[in-house]
Amino acid sequence: MGSQGGFGQSKEFLDLIKSIGEARSKAEEDRIVIREIETLKRRISEPDIPKRKMKEYIIRLLYVEMLGHDASFGYIHAVKMTHDDNLLSKRTGYLAVTLFLNDDHDLIILIVNTIQKDLKSDNYLVVCAALNAVCRLINEETIPAVLPLIVELLSHGKEAVRKKSVMALHSFYRKSPSSVSHLVSNFRKRLCDNDPGVMGATLCPLFDLINDDPNPYKDLVVSFVSILKQVAEHRLPKSYDYHQMPAPFVQIKLLKILALLGSGDKPSSEHMYTVIGDIIRKGDSSSNIGNAILYESIRTVSSIHPNAKLLEAAADVIAKFLKSDSHNLKYMGIDALGRLIKLSPLIAEQHQLAVIDCLEDPDDTLKRKTFELLYKMTKSSNVEVIVDRMIEYMISISDDHYKTYIASRCVELAEQFAPSNHWFIQTMNKVFEHAGDLVNIKVAHNLMRLIAEGFGEDDDAAYSQLRSSAVESYLRIIGEPKLPSVFLQVICWVLGEYGTADGKHSASYITGKLCDMAEAYSNDEIVKAYAITALTKIYAFEIAAGRKVDMLSERPHATEKEVAMVDDSVPERCREGCQSLVEELLASHSTDLQQRAYELQAVIGLDARAVEAILPHDASCEDIEVDKNLSFLNGYIQQSIESGAMPYISENERSGMVNMSNFRSHDQQESGQHGLRFEAYEVPKAPVPSKVTPVSLSSTTDLVPVPESLYARETHQVSSVGLASDTGSSELKLRLDGVQKKWGKPTYSSPASSSSNSTSQNPVNGVTKVDVATTVNSKARDSYDSRKQQNEIDPEKQKLAASLFGGSTKTERRTSTSSKVPKASAADRPQDSKAASVPNKASGEKTNQVQQPPPQDLLDLGEPTVTAAPPTVDPFMQLEGLLDPSASSTASHSGGAVANAPDIMGLYSGTTSSGQSGDGGYIPASGDNLNLLSELSNAAAVRGTMGETIVSPLSQSVKGANAKDSLEKDAKVRQMGVTPTGQNPNLFRDLLG
Amino acid sequence: MIRAVLVMNTQGKPRLAKFYEFLPVEKQQEIIRNVFAVLCSRPEHVSNFVDAESFFGPDARLVYKHFATLYFVFIFDGSENELAMLDLIQVFVETLDKCFRNVCELDVVFNYSKMHTILDEIIFGGQVLETSSTEVMKAVEEISKLEAASSAINLVPKSVSSWRSR
Repeated sequence: MGSQGGFGQSKEFLDLIKSIGEARSKAEEDRIVIREIETLKRRISEPDIPKRKMKEYIIRLLYVEMLGHDASFGYIHAVKMTHDDNLLSKRTGYLAVTLFLNDDHDLIILIVNTIQKDLKSDNYLVVCAALNAVCRLINEETIPAVLPLIVELLSHGKEAVRKKSVMALHSFYRKSPSSVSHLVSNFRKRLCDNDPGVMGATLCPLFDLINDDPNPYKDLVVSFVSILKQVAEHRLPKSYDYHQMPAPFVQIKLLKILALLGSGDKPSSEHMYTVIGDIIRKGDSSSNIGNAILYESIRTVSSIHPNAKLLEAAADVIAKFLKSDSHNLKYMGIDALGRLIKLSPLIAEQHQLAVIDCLEDPDDTLKRKTFELLYKMTKSSNVEVIVDRMIEYMISISDDHYKTYIASRCVELAEQFAPSNHWFIQTMNKVFEHAGDLVNIKVAHNLMRLIAEGFGEDDDAAYSQLRSSAVESYLRIIGEPKLPSVFLQVICWVLGEYGTADGKHSASYITGKLCDMAEAYSNDEIVKAYAITALTKIYAFEIAAGRKVDMLSERPHATEKEVAMVDDSVPERCREGCQSLVEELLASHSTDLQQRAYELQAVIGLDARAVEAILPHDASCEDIEVDKNLSFLNGYIQQSIESGAMPYISENERSGMVNMSNFRSHDQQESGQHGLRFEAYEVPKAPVPSKVTPVSLSSTTDLVPVPESLYARETHQVSSVGLASDTGSSELKLRLDGVQKKWGKPTYSSPASSSSNSTSQNPVNGVTKVDVATTVNSKARDSYDSRKQQNEIDPEKQKLAASLFGGSTKTERRTSTSSKVPKASAADRPQDSKAASVPNKASGEKTNQVQQPPPQDLLDLGEPTVTAAPPTVDPFMQLEGLLDPSASSTASHSGGAVANAPDIMGLYSGTTSSGQSGDGGYIPASGDNLNLLSELSNAAAVRGTMGETIVSPLSQSVKGANAKDSLEKDAKVRQMGVTPTGQNPNLFRDLLG
Repeated sequence: MIRAVLVMNTQGKPRLAKFYEFLPVEKQQEIIRNVFAVLCSRPEHVSNFVDAESFFGPDARLVYKHFATLYFVFIFDGSENELAMLDLIQVFVETLDKCFRNVCELDVVFNYSKMHTILDEIIFGGQVLETSSTEVMKAVEEISKLEAASSAINLVPKSVSSWRSR
């Protein structure tokens, strides 16, 4: 047995470990540990436990918790141990609390005092122990308690303490950047510490600081370069060598920092070329750490302003990595290749064999890295091979996380580079079939939209051919068992829209299939909803075409003509199937399904002309005009008011009730300005002012109302936008409050206002579009004092937050999933997305290029739409606005609609006006309070998720592309660093040519 | 930043688990299980890197090294270099070896707090602090000496009194 060098444990502990080690099963282990917990519980609370024993108990507690059991009963004893003067006990106590407690645990408050005391200790080991605890246990609130002490320690005599206090400050920076923002100069000072260890430690916080914003540190480039030079030239004491390599971790950190500082900065990069060149030249590729430095150098080379010589040197290193037998080096080589390929695309060609080898490798990590590389080098000439490979791999793995990831990659590549419609649909089918439940629903909506719009073909023949090929493939697939829900939805929608369009299949055949499907997946309500809507559409098309509909069983023979033209024989029971399905749904517990079923019944009863107006054939791409301001009601309202009707007063004004949610969000918003105005007692006064100003009308919808007059008030709170979105996310749940109130006083709302609860349904596709309209009379607001505004602010915040929240989550996803910003927005911005799908690898940072008219490509439709849109809704500007709130004010306010252009509005319009290109009527009334009649504003039309319906009609008027476009595309492709190739029958060529 | 250091044996029993950001015990256990599942499904002679995003959040990578009956696992994010992390494992193991002379699993099990002492000298708050095993050893020895000295003072009277009280 190994030595226990001074850490001797009792026999009990040894036995425990032994018995756990010998435990045959998890259950047995659990039994042993539970017994141990009982023992410890008893022992640890005994009085007068010797310190050595107590230390062992604490260690045993740690052990128990490491095995996954609750040891919280002992936390307090660990905290007590930190108070001990004995170093051994103190260190054990600190070890235990750092492992046990989170930085917001209740017990922390008991430790802060001890930490303060220990930081002042003469014994540097005590100080070190306390610093260690500081890193883990001090949170944003307690930072001020220890910060001055730590700053003092920065000039401590022992370098170990200086090092650790720098690290402690770094941990503060990570927890709360503002808490140490005034101490940045200290980091700079420590960079010149005469102990290289402290200098090395300082690089860690500097790396984070520079990562957040490199600009203030550009002056340090020269210092970093000279430090790196000295380190690389063995100027440091021998004790910093690691395997004959001088301070490799310092070198790596420095290279990382230089990569950040030199990115897109030519003058800074020029300072670095020599030293990086030297490091690569002298690099030692025989040791692991030598290779680590070489790899880091390549990363730096690929990040800073490119230099031909360095790129060449980097390529040589990559070649060495890829030729190596070590999987680790191959992995690094593939990764480095992926980084360099943007700068010198030709480099991949030399390594095609190596790359293919890696793709075939049994090592999963390497394989994934290689797919990553392939993804980066995909172009229209090799997309088929790459996507096929990806799908093949996707089918073979069981890791859901990675499956999702690779599925989205496949979809992305297919959308971008698909060589033909047929291939595209086949590919999408495969993806949906094998990973349907994992892909984003937006992908499905995208697919529906693409099928609806076509891919920009010139002639209608190709257009309808695409649809019928989709219909054919779906009819083939539909019989397969266990298809994912998302895929079924696509199938239903396509069959509903286009199932009967080409006349190949009769309505009864398609409806039969749909009914079978609804039956087979009877516990999936969404699929059923899609199916019943599809049925409605098919019947509507039939009626509109003058044919009789045969769903109802009282006329079972009315359709012999149709049955005759069916290619397969339709079983009779299909008709009964439809009938029974509809009947089942009429009685469904789901109101949505019920409604759809009733709609179907209603449609069938109508005559051809009416049906055609409700559900016109092939109109899924038409824009639907919605009068969001509900201006058609104005006359009616005016009339009613003139004839003495009470104007509508919003629920909030009427009740004067301020629920807690109001205050919560309000507090966070205005940070105490009106923070604690609990004015619930003023309830009885509230109706009085409403009589004074009888000309007031507003409606509260059960969704979030938008009193837009408040935008003006919001202007000074620009900085709280982020906060608003945070609060909004939690507030969203609280919308129920309003609903309850509504139920409470149903008689109060005027007919006008109730009809303005516009939850309009999109009749064409059966996809619900929700528009929220709210009216707020500005007069009423004038008469009310600030209290009322306070009441109103809550729904307003909610609304705003809802739109912000939706926007912000999308933004996050955009940045996290890939760097292709415009691409990721495809689903919520139907037209824009097409413009964005230029074969542009790095489109994230090259938006200006994307804004050029897109070349002829798969998704070519977008061009006319983008140009047709007025400049005020430039999608890219909006996109930037979403990503960067400060930019949005310039982007989306140029329309001049808002006088006091608040940023909040920018974000708001950025999210809502997407998809409604050129909605001139969208004027937020920020300053105009004098309008007697209510001004309405639309709330967030929930359109993002239903890309299928909202398509500007313009997008079809100009299709295809001319020679100029294709030339442009070619030019762009070259620009992006991808060389177009001819036909390569060879697989490798195909991939890498 | 280094997010976690795990040492587990080839049966999946954790021998040391240190998370540099707080995680509830259940989550820690889940991660340990997941890591073990990934590690034991890896064939031999492949790379030491694994993508850890699926169980440790975005941008997480994992480097492991297999010594006799133990896996040493470091989980970290994109601001660290994979190959360098592999060498950091090497530093850790070298130090353990110096400390225990031919380290084996039992040393690791029985010297739980010493393991932590050593690790804390190498990694501090998720950042690499020291990479020379000699330096680490020096620091650890100094701590041991002081701890021994401080407990020696208290040892006699305390142990006698406790012995009496029984």
